Amino acid sequence: MLCATSRLLAATALPAQPRGGGPAPRCRRRELHFPGHPELSLCDFLTGQLVRPSVPAGRRAILRRGRMPPAVGRGLAGSELRPRRGCCGPQAARALGPDVATEAAARSLKRPAPGSRRFEAAARWALLALVTLLSFATRFHRLDEPPHICWDETHFGKMGSYYINRTFFFDVHPPLGKMLIGLAGYLSGYDGTFLFQKPGDKYEHHNYMGMRGFCAFLGSLLVPFAYLTVLELSRSLPAALLSAALLTFDTGCLTLSQYILLDPILMFFIMAAMLSMVKYNSCADRPFSAPWWFWLSLTGVNLAGALGVKFVGLFVILQVGWNTVSDLWHLFGDLSLSLVTMGKHLTARILCLIVLPLALYTATYAVHFMVLNKSGPGDGFFSSAFQARLSGNNLHNASVPEHLAYGSVITVKNLRMAIGYLHSHRHLYPEGVGARQQQVTTYLHKDYNNLWIIKKHNTNSDPLDPSFPVEFVRHGDIIRLEHKETSRNLHSHYHEAPLTRKHYQVTGYGINGTGDSNDFWRIEVVNRKFGNRIKVLRSRIRFIHLVTGCVLGSSGKVLPKWGWEQLEVTCTPYLKETLNSIWNVEDHINPKLPNISLDVLQPSFPEILLESHMVMIRVLWPSPFDDFSKSSWLSTNLDHKSLAMGNNGLKPKDNEFTSKPWHWPVNYQGLRFSGINDTDFRVYLLGNPVVWWLNLLSIALYLLSGSIIAVAVQRGAHLPAEVEGLSQVLLRGGGQLLLGWTLHYFPFFLMGRILYFHHYFPAMLFSSMLTGVLWDTLLRLCAWSLSSSSLARGVHVVGILSLLLGTAYSFYLFHPLAYGMVGPLAQDPRSPMAGLRWLESWDF
Amino acid sequence: MRPSPSAPAGAANRASSRAEGGSEGRAVSPPRAAGACNGRRPRRIRGVAGRGSGSAGTRRNARCPPSLLFYKMLGFLQRPVVVTADINLNIVALTAVGLLSRLWRLAYPRAVVFDEVYYGQYISFYMKRIFFLDGSGPPFGHMLLALGGYLGGFDGNFLWNRIGAEYSSNVPVWSLRLLPALAGALSVPMAYQILWELRFSHCAAMGAALLMLIENALITQSRLMLLESVLIFFNLLAVLSYLKFSNSQKHSRVPPADPERARRRVASACIRAVLGELFPALLSALPRPFSPSWWFWLALTGVACSCAVGIKYMGVFTYLLVLGVAGVHAWHLIGDQTLSNVCVLCHLLARAVALLVIPVIMYLLFFYVHLVLLCRSGPHDQIMSSAFQASLEGGLARITQGQPLEVAYGSQVTLRNVFGKPVPCWLHSHQNTYPMIYENGRGSSHQQQVTCYPFKDVNNWWIVKDPGRHQLVVNDPPRPVRHGDVVQLVHGMTTRFLNTHDVAAPLSPHSQEVSCYIDYNISMPAQNLWRLEIVNRESSTDVWKTILSEVRFVHVNTSAILKLSGAHLPDWGFRQLEVVGEKLSPGYHESMVWNVEEHRYGKSQEQKEREVELHSPTQMDLSRNLSFMARFSELQWRMLTVRSDDSEHKYSSTPLDWVTLDTNIAYWLHPTTSAQIHLLGNIVIWASASLATVVYTLLLFWYLLRRRRNICDLPEDSWLRWVLAGALCAGGWAVNYLPFFMMEKTLFLYHYLPALTFQILLLPVVLQHVSDHLCRSQLQRSLFSALVVAWYSCACHVFNTLCPLTYGDKSLSPSELRALRWKDSWDILIRKH
Repeated sequence: MLCATSRLLAATALPAQPRGGGPAPRCRRRELHFPGHPELSLCDFLTGQLVRPSVPAGRRAILRRGRMPPAVGRGLAGSELRPRRGCCGPQAARALGPDVATEAAARSLKRPAPGSRRFEAAARWALLALVTLLSFATRFHRLDEPPHICWDETHFGKMGSYYINRTFFFDVHPPLGKMLIGLAGYLSGYDGTFLFQKPGDKYEHHNYMGMRGFCAFLGSLLVPFAYLTVLELSRSLPAALLSAALLTFDTGCLTLSQYILLDPILMFFIMAAMLSMVKYNSCADRPFSAPWWFWLSLTGVNLAGALGVKFVGLFVILQVGWNTVSDLWHLFGDLSLSLVTMGKHLTARILCLIVLPLALYTATYAVHFMVLNKSGPGDGFFSSAFQARLSGNNLHNASVPEHLAYGSVITVKNLRMAIGYLHSHRHLYPEGVGARQQQVTTYLHKDYNNLWIIKKHNTNSDPLDPSFPVEFVRHGDIIRLEHKETSRNLHSHYHEAPLTRKHYQVTGYGINGTGDSNDFWRIEVVNRKFGNRIKVLRSRIRFIHLVTGCVLGSSGKVLPKWGWEQLEVTCTPYLKETLNSIWNVEDHINPKLPNISLDVLQPSFPEILLESHMVMIRVLWPSPFDDFSKSSWLSTNLDHKSLAMGNNGLKPKDNEFTSKPWHWPVNYQGLRFSGINDTDFRVYLLGNPVVWWLNLLSIALYLLSGSIIAVAVQRGAHLPAEVEGLSQVLLRGGGQLLLGWTLHYFPFFLMGRILYFHHYFPAMLFSSMLTGVLWDTLLRLCAWSLSSSSLARGVHVVGILSLLLGTAYSFYLFHPLAYGMVGPLAQDPRSPMAGLRWLESWDF
Repeated sequence: MRPSPSAPAGAANRASSRAEGGSEGRAVSPPRAAGACNGRRPRRIRGVAGRGSGSAGTRRNARCPPSLLFYKMLGFLQRPVVVTADINLNIVALTAVGLLSRLWRLAYPRAVVFDEVYYGQYISFYMKRIFFLDGSGPPFGHMLLALGGYLGGFDGNFLWNRIGAEYSSNVPVWSLRLLPALAGALSVPMAYQILWELRFSHCAAMGAALLMLIENALITQSRLMLLESVLIFFNLLAVLSYLKFSNSQKHSRVPPADPERARRRVASACIRAVLGELFPALLSALPRPFSPSWWFWLALTGVACSCAVGIKYMGVFTYLLVLGVAGVHAWHLIGDQTLSNVCVLCHLLARAVALLVIPVIMYLLFFYVHLVLLCRSGPHDQIMSSAFQASLEGGLARITQGQPLEVAYGSQVTLRNVFGKPVPCWLHSHQNTYPMIYENGRGSSHQQQVTCYPFKDVNNWWIVKDPGRHQLVVNDPPRPVRHGDVVQLVHGMTTRFLNTHDVAAPLSPHSQEVSCYIDYNISMPAQNLWRLEIVNRESSTDVWKTILSEVRFVHVNTSAILKLSGAHLPDWGFRQLEVVGEKLSPGYHESMVWNVEEHRYGKSQEQKEREVELHSPTQMDLSRNLSFMARFSELQWRMLTVRSDDSEHKYSSTPLDWVTLDTNIAYWLHPTTSAQIHLLGNIVIWASASLATVVYTLLLFWYLLRRRRNICDLPEDSWLRWVLAGALCAGGWAVNYLPFFMMEKTLFLYHYLPALTFQILLLPVVLQHVSDHLCRSQLQRSLFSALVVAWYSCACHVFNTLCPLTYGDKSLSPSELRALRWKDSWDILIRKH
């Protein structure tokens, strides 16, 4: 590690040796590395000299129009100057003309020697390789420790196992991330037998390194991605190097990359999307060329990936969307482009950034549903038809009586997603909530109390008596539903429902099936394509209360404790056709009828796709329309009842104060990944405070300097050409990054769900890159303003070097957080971390 | 706006030429500039303000040659001074009908209508000067309502307990409802003015005002003791005054176009200079943008914004909108290179002061007045901290009055948890022990329970004991307890020591159980030493003080911290709250912090005496005052965090219901007849306003795209007008409506009214635009006008039909009521006889 650092230092420090006292460093200009993109020469950077030459006036006009600064640096060599098809137009080209001519002429005088160019390219690649290597080295170092489940590995490892076992489960995140984890496990020989029960369980002989290695691999790639992105945005090697170093030496990123979690995968796709977007932006002067198409479609692919891992990927989609819209807007304003060309541009973007990602996203679901074909813990969340797909579910290849007859024992399921089965139990409504009769609710899980017997309204004789003929239930019949376990009738009356005050209360009433006229319901079939009989699973039915004329429905609201946090059932007087009041019959038992194998309506792929999203959305964002009280419903139904479904982020874990978004950028509080006591192997997710506080400072500095420059420009101040170039980098490149940070951070303030520290990491990537750009630019500005003194050259190099060294040293101090520590806690003066507990709130 | 001939500036009088200008029809923004003054004799001095100054404003920059000025001044000396006031009769008429529609039979019904039951109790609190806490909004709105009560001589004696209750004779219903009604009435002419200031035609302005006039929901809402109409009034006032301000600003920067006009401008500028001599001497001395009227409108913008925020937090949305527009304008100003840097700086400073500093000061002022007015303790005290309670008359102040300040060894104290959630409570213990085995099979120490108890009780008393000594009385002189000292806490009534040990707490198994130690002679030694940590020792001192100090108790053996877990114990614990020893403390949390509320120096050695002493009330001397800022910040914080529990209401609705008016609210039903009041909008207006928003958005996008391709469909000035109108009206609608989708509180139809007001303003904007720019021939234009007239009469008809539900003055038959139920979801009450 140290050796690597020193090599890096050597690489950066080497050319800093003064090469003679000439007033202008004689740096060789080099041809573009990426076609069409002038870049800084390495030696410019190395001498700490301000490398941005004047931007020609015409060029500036283009820049103002909001394009990425394609050629802030030098490098407008004649050979480069092909007319920018379709983007700057003739007048711009004309404006460029004279400037370019002179510049090209000047340049031809001192054309760089090919050898030197090759050296610079090599240095660039060498730095990239070094950065990558360092990143891989840090991420893979002690990857196998601790050999037990850490934190959320219990969820995601388990879900990976589900893929290997092909068991259906339900999770609030899209499937791609877990599928990849499963795939990695499968390829590395993990057999899916480990139970992943709770954090702290030893892996023993199970092969977990494949999954961890996969996550660490993606996590390692973040650093080179950041390097390339910043290089592209700022055209400055030191900036890129600084950003890469900040990420490499951040203990938080490191920790998060080392375990079986979704975050490394998510961050990988976010950064990849960002990188390819930046690349494609810089191809903008050659639209429809091969690299342009390549980067554009790669952006689309990565967007699909990001969204496919977590819905947080939406933020990077927003960023790319914003970039695309503003790009199109500027193209649209270019009158030299015909509308047809515009149309092509638009179509290309729609294809690559909307159609392609959607197709890929859908494809992940297709794979998801194909792989998971066995019944598992997630069934109850889905509709009857959906469940019929899963082998092992009692609806799979179901053999039930086809049509409903009197005397059938049935379960009735609401058609709205994630509402569940009509349910009753012996508990009464409490005092003050309508009539004190037996509760009727909906319940998501299969249970005896979901069984109802369908009976004629006017007789109480047992319809299953063999002497009676079978009589089918038909559309419009008046029926009575008797709860099988308690023999009470489904009943409604003019009392307010417990939560939805405009509706009527639904209760269980009567003794042994004898009640009153309020127990009578008219059964109606909404889709009558199967005739007037009621077909199991297929018929969509409504129950209309005979006396009050209201419709049986579930409001989807969670009852308080007295109702066991099941969902409210009401009788709504408004006869709107909503899914809440439509039901279907799922289980059906009637010994008098022959069981026939039923071709349960196999839902088509779009239907199951839609359904799974509806369920996810209802669970993730219990919308104000439903008044899901936030955690209670989820906690009972998700975590306790079916342990498999327990998901991070929905319920505060025991013994943790949940963290608030404002905690995150200040690195206020970490997350305990493993171990509590001083004898345990402890891993603590906490950002490297030096890096994080530098990032925080940088954001403030950026806002300050950015607004100063913006105001100066708006006041019409004439900036010197060098400053102009730098400020363009700051405003445009930095602006992109700041936008990324904003988009990945601030939406969390609006989220009502439980939040954790690790949600901040995507934003942290952006802020680290911003830090790199900012400090490099500021130091260059400093150097520029000192240009008269001999100090100037040194300022930049020294500044960058001290930042690099500082972060590296702080990493050396804090690395036990990530690689694990044993021994006394940090409060204890004997602990090696004793002096490092800089904030009271860190407990490691 | 009432005409007032004497008012020099400010009262917005319309030049008669203005009225003519309007009657010219839709002449596209005629250069109103040139005219009026020059047409007249210089001696005629007009009270000019607002748009009336549109003529004069265009030449603000012009400077008079001194000789001319002198000549004119002499002229003024030679001739008599004549003041003519131009009164825009339209505004007078609009104000009159506005007042008529809002004030008509204002005191009817003489019963509590809907949310009056809610605001009324606060009015009563103000009248009795009893402290209360209302999380729904800052106090300015409540104070305005209370002002009505004060003016009407209300004594606050009315029990606001049920909607529909008849008012007793001491309730001045009329004056209580007057202020909202006035605000509602004045919104009508204000709509006219806003459109006028946006440079739309007189017809459009009239249209906007007339639409406001016949909007049933606005009428209903302003005729009762409710705050929405006042909020709308201040919203509109903020927008209007900002427009007036920015118009006066803009005129100053129009460069003279042609020499002839410029010359005339110079002349009339001189007239203004003469005026300046006559009226405020400053007027001519200052550069135009910083004239008194400029300042006036700017400051009024800030004031109106802060009033809007002070009435409901919702006002923030409009405030932000105005700030945004002002920001954009300021940004243009920065880009204006004809202005010097100093000048730009002055402009920015003036705006910052008026739009940022003034609102903050005003907001603080509201709270200051609020706290000054409410000086007595009341039913909501419990939510506030002990220190706050002690600053109110009566209540805790009476109890704690005269307490010793510094806690000493031997002090008897009650310890209140600072967190106050789920309920404020005090550390408590009683004879009962923890059950041997819990329901889930875990065991306990079977020692005496320690809980947190939300009521005052003799069992809340604890004695602070020095571990090194045996005595439980205070020495003379008292030895104060300091930060870092190790103490024991002795329960007063049972003389047992507060103790924690490595036994899982009953409900939070990861924490330690806290008990009062009973020695069962098994291997469980007492662990009753606690180290005292004063959390706020920076702001306070190192010495433990009553009420002021916030302390933590850290267990010496296990370093667990005494904490309120917030869980309710089962029946064996009498449903009191669980107290635990938190071993793994993730930093500071208020649930671990306690403060001493009641305190006295213990004097009795014997347990019996002590029990008597504990039962007796404390009475010693302590006088202390909380600074205003401390009280303000605490109150503000509590207001923002207090949550009302009843999240369900029969008439609650979702934002989506509002646009289409799918919901209504029954406000009141006559006790015997079926006369009733509903909050029900004029559905024609609602629908067409929504339509107008859609049309506006589409057109805006269309124009934007076309302009991008350098095709300008609109002349520059009407484009700017169109954009500004959209930013304020459509923007006003959006900012007042869209945030509701993200809110989790119970929402009602009336929350939509501010947004609706802005939408109504947009409606004539779109209509005029369609007529001016989209109707190509005169024929089309006439046709369109006819359509508009037909549509408006339709709206009038709807207004008329819904009137009985708006005013509640007529009892309709069931069939008539049924006929009024145009939508299934409308809940119109029909009596069954």
